[in-house]
Amino acid sequence: MVNGEKITIEIRGAGLGYNGRAILHGIDLEIVAGDIVCLLGQNGAGKTTLFRTMLGFIRPVYGSVMLAGREVSSLSARQIARMVSYVPQSYVMPFPYKVSDVVLFGRSVHLGLFASPGSRDRKIAAECLDLLGMGHLFSRPFNELSGGERQMVIIARSLAQEARFMILDEPASNLDYGNQVRVIRKIRELAGRSIGILMATHHPDHAFMAASRVAVLSGGTLSHNGSPEAMLTPETLRHVYGVEVDVFDTPPNGHASRRVCAPVVE
Amino acid sequence: MKGVSLILLCVVVLAGLSLLSLGIGRYPVSPVAILSWLFSGECADRNLPVVLLGIRIPRLIAAVSAGGALAISGAAYQGLFRNPMVSPDILGVSSGSGFGAAMAILLSMPVATVQLMSFAGGITAVMAAVAVSRVIGRNNDSVLVLVLSGIVISSLFGALLSLLKYIADPLDKLPAITYWLMGSFADIRTAELGTAVVMVLAGTIPLLLVSWRVNVLSFGEEEARSLGMHTGLMRVVIIVCATLVTASMISVCGIIGWVGLVVPHISRFMAGANHRRNMPVSFLVGAGFMVAVDTIARSAAPVEIPIGIITAVLGAPFFIWIMKRSSARAW
Repeated sequence: MVNGEKITIEIRGAGLGYNGRAILHGIDLEIVAGDIVCLLGQNGAGKTTLFRTMLGFIRPVYGSVMLAGREVSSLSARQIARMVSYVPQSYVMPFPYKVSDVVLFGRSVHLGLFASPGSRDRKIAAECLDLLGMGHLFSRPFNELSGGERQMVIIARSLAQEARFMILDEPASNLDYGNQVRVIRKIRELAGRSIGILMATHHPDHAFMAASRVAVLSGGTLSHNGSPEAMLTPETLRHVYGVEVDVFDTPPNGHASRRVCAPVVE
Repeated sequence: MKGVSLILLCVVVLAGLSLLSLGIGRYPVSPVAILSWLFSGECADRNLPVVLLGIRIPRLIAAVSAGGALAISGAAYQGLFRNPMVSPDILGVSSGSGFGAAMAILLSMPVATVQLMSFAGGITAVMAAVAVSRVIGRNNDSVLVLVLSGIVISSLFGALLSLLKYIADPLDKLPAITYWLMGSFADIRTAELGTAVVMVLAGTIPLLLVSWRVNVLSFGEEEARSLGMHTGLMRVVIIVCATLVTASMISVCGIIGWVGLVVPHISRFMAGANHRRNMPVSFLVGAGFMVAVDTIARSAAPVEIPIGIITAVLGAPFFIWIMKRSSARAW
């Protein structure tokens, strides 16, 4: 990590897609360390395409996608992974790895070709697990954890990678209500440690809870990009999701007032 | 148990099994006599060095190399393809290598060429299995599609192998190919064995060095890349090394099934899933298993039993047990 300098992910006038055909056009997005950007959009709106481009799996069709001032497509997987980590949707692993191993896998990018992790790597991995409040799971098999615990462990792995940015693909989906809130809280904590976060979500409420900015993918482009309060109006939500949604502020009850959405069901 | 002490324990058990195996046979030798001959170079029995140097030690080396090679390549394939159901047999590597080697034997080619053809056959088979599974599965690399593709490729090479047997000279080449295919260490010649052992080392050492990376690869292409791995290069290195060790042993001792599938599961129970520990433990457990099986093969009956028959008889029920156990808890 470079200190002092402002590190950003910067997408400028980019078209993104596969085999030279852009499915997303005119994308402009900037993420600074410490930001939480929530990415909303229907299934198939192109969230995965955007992520895959930012992680260097596919090249932009046109325009530029820059990571700390350099084109992502000119960087190696190793260089990218030192700056951006990725948290996929929760899943079951093919092998019964222990939680401690899974978090250690995040250290791979800092190891030589033939090396395996040393005591310093183990210490960092244990700290990351503790930071997410999952230290007690250290020697459990990953596949026997609950969905919420698995998600936290994968976030810990991502943290162990010590990258400045973290991309999360629907981190709260498939989790029960309590775990959704816990994951969102942890993500806010991570941003406080000046990690830049881009997370996809299906719930506009998650954006109100956590995001400093919200970006909405619809109609093949980023249709909205700004603060959640300014962007997530009943009109926008109707436009994106096709349903009526009320948006209002919670009454003050000891906590800070916060904006929430309530879909209209009748 | 800590990784290092588990590996040491495996080494000790392998050494013990080897010592027992050297003593057992038509001409029994006591382990004490073997040890005193090994360390002092002297022994009362003048036949002992002849029996050991001429017959049993080369066989022991062959069994250790073959068992270790098949098991570690099975562990590597399973990790690489993130699929606990694959092995050199199931991916078609064994029958591909067998076909390559049989072709070379049929054409009376020199040892080095047999090795090369065996490797070429093995690598062709595994590439074909992967290609077929990509086409069928449209990149959603499911466990079952790769297994089925491997079975298809394996039976294709099996058919080609039958064709070679059909056209082979029934008096001379056919018995040689048939017997060799069933798997045996009885016909090991020192020159062949030397070449094969060098090949096994040339493949095993890189596999052990990159064993940590196999863990990362087992998360799949894109996730491994997001963890900073140059996946394309690493996949090539692992496939080439795993195929090299399998093919080089198959070319000298025939097709020995099941070891590459079953042993990585056993060592996963012992050492955990982490390939950093699982791969060396697989090698040692595979080697020990093969030493035991070879000892049974040459001493249980008046006539030597082909190794492949014993490994199948032991491996099949064991694998059913593993599947039952594993399906109770997620892999």
